[in-house]
Amino acid sequence: MSDILLTAENVSKVFGGLVAVEDVSFEIPERGIVSIIGPNGAGKTTFFNMLTGLYKPSFGRISFNGRNITGRRADLIMKDGVARTFQNIRLFATMTAIENVMVGQHARMRAGLFGSIFRIPRVSHEERDVEERARETLTYVGIDETQHELMSVNLSYGDQRRLEIARALASEPKLLLLDEPTAGMNPQESAELTDFMRKLRDERGLTILLIEHDMQVVMGVSERITVLDHGQKIAEGSPDEVRTNARVIEAYLGKQGAAEAEAGHGRRVPSAEGET
Amino acid sequence: MNEFVGRLRTSPRTLVALVVGLVVGLWVGDQIELSLLMAFLLWLIIAVRAVLHDNRWIGRATMIAILVWAIVLPYTTESGSGLLDDAVLALAYTVFALGLNIIVGFAGLLDLGYVAFFALGSLTAGWFMSGFFAAANGENGVHFLVTGQISELPGIHMNFLLVLVIAVVITTIAGIIIGLPTLRLRGDYIAIVTLAFGEIIGRITINGDEIALGKIPIFGSPLESAFGNGSTLTNGRQGITPVDKVDLPFLEQFTSLELRPWYFVALALVVIALFVNYRLRDSRLGRAWIALREDEVAAISMGVPSVKTKLLAYGTGAAFGGIAGAFLASYLNTVNADQFAFSFSIFVLAMVILGGLGSIEGVVLGAITLSLINNRLIPDVFNDYPSKVGLDFDLTQLSFGIFGFLLVIMMVLRPEGLIPERRRKIELTEGLGDTELGGGETVQEVRA
Repeated sequence: MSDILLTAENVSKVFGGLVAVEDVSFEIPERGIVSIIGPNGAGKTTFFNMLTGLYKPSFGRISFNGRNITGRRADLIMKDGVARTFQNIRLFATMTAIENVMVGQHARMRAGLFGSIFRIPRVSHEERDVEERARETLTYVGIDETQHELMSVNLSYGDQRRLEIARALASEPKLLLLDEPTAGMNPQESAELTDFMRKLRDERGLTILLIEHDMQVVMGVSERITVLDHGQKIAEGSPDEVRTNARVIEAYLGKQGAAEAEAGHGRRVPSAEGET
Repeated sequence: MNEFVGRLRTSPRTLVALVVGLVVGLWVGDQIELSLLMAFLLWLIIAVRAVLHDNRWIGRATMIAILVWAIVLPYTTESGSGLLDDAVLALAYTVFALGLNIIVGFAGLLDLGYVAFFALGSLTAGWFMSGFFAAANGENGVHFLVTGQISELPGIHMNFLLVLVIAVVITTIAGIIIGLPTLRLRGDYIAIVTLAFGEIIGRITINGDEIALGKIPIFGSPLESAFGNGSTLTNGRQGITPVDKVDLPFLEQFTSLELRPWYFVALALVVIALFVNYRLRDSRLGRAWIALREDEVAAISMGVPSVKTKLLAYGTGAAFGGIAGAFLASYLNTVNADQFAFSFSIFVLAMVILGGLGSIEGVVLGAITLSLINNRLIPDVFNDYPSKVGLDFDLTQLSFGIFGFLLVIMMVLRPEGLIPERRRKIELTEGLGDTELGGGETVQEVRA
């Protein structure tokens, strides 16, 4: 693991009196696949939202690719090369699959108001290129060509998930943040997605940060795992280190469950997903 | 051919609508003195379009046919006829509606203060195309690219095209200023803030006769030296009148008796507004507007800068309000503060909703329909109907009640508008109205 692509130093987020994320430090190496796990309400998505600029950190500093992006506007962070998907799919429902992916390329386009009105050659070229790339990206993530012109609400659930990834990929990011990408998928689809993540890293040189509940996926694909609980980082390390970490077991199963696990007749942690 | 007939058979509702449309269309055409042939031709164009709606080329062909129809129209009637007067007003309102469509239809920002741009556009014409600033340039007047006797009158007289440019600049800036405080707001709150701005501009216009330019802090003395001693911001309820008629290069000065030139200018403005609407809808910016409207959080996460994108919607939409406002000031020959009431904003919004939010063809249809109902059918055709049945009032007093009733009927029978935009249609038929429902799980439920 060579260079560090993203660093978060002592990042906290306070909503009113509630501390959602407390003093979390964290690094993502370039071309790495890193996961954040933790029970519901642990602050994973809040942390994600700070990395992508939707929330401004209350304290701390985030830098990406050597540049301080703390409190930077979300659309600019996207432009810097951080793209994301959402936990509960947030597609532009009434736009076609292609249009969705074209919006993903917004930051890479230059057409302005007057250029668009008069459709100067540069703009129509750009428009054609962007549509072409949208089709390529859709095919790349495995959405059949017959589905390209469909409105995204009319796509199957799996395709909607894939479309979200395509939309994020279209911006040619350096870092891809996936918020529970396998939610609602069957084991086979999850396995395919796991392979796809590796493919993205190997073929496109992407760095991937994952929030995930499916431990099969997390343990299978991650190089490093960070565990959050009640807003705090309680563990960090390779899948094997995290799997055996006492605090992680406690966070997932409670004190009693942890004791049982230690006694040897508990379930192996954290295959037991207490969460929905 | 079989396919053609088959398609005809599959849409009995369309056929019923077309027959009703023919009867109503011919009757309305008769009421507004449209020749029978022209009314029938228009119906024919629309009928062909409705029946062959799958055909790829028919959309473009229909537009060309309607444009040709519109160019022929003024030659089928006298140049000073009531029909042309109705048509000019309808076209001017179409420009307003197309402008508002960019803000409300495309970007989804509910703007209830559109009257502000009508007021500012009209005032621009009042300031720079009339004798209002009589003291300007030592009572000799300021003239710019104007000809004939106007070039000797006191006041500021500029060429109409120049005034249009100034109106666009002023209203665009105003649009951005009005947009700024709404950026942090959503939905209904945007409506309230824009409503207030519309009222503020209206009030300033009414009371502007008490605002002496010379007493404005800091800018007072340069303003006074530019516009003349004792000049005020507006002429209040008295209105600024007369306003110079449009004077285009290579054409004679327009008069209030010959309406054909006015009609063609208005038609040209509509064509420009249509062109801009179509081009922007199918552009990077148009996609960004729709994305913001659908899901703001997702849009900014995809790199759409929400502030800039929204302000561009406000600015562009406002510019058309200014263009139509300046044109109407010249056509109506007055800039009267009483025109700039809240009801105007609602009227234009009703056109957009009636036609179909975001649907360009629909908005044109909505604007022409409501404008004709308001300017001709209610005051002239139906006005004395209540007295015929023994009621003691004129129908004009009820006009807003009638519009409200029409909108209610629309919302029940066809909430997506007369010619719905395909996106809105999906939203309304599949219950995907607000962003919260955009989540994957809910979509599943809706489809299940």
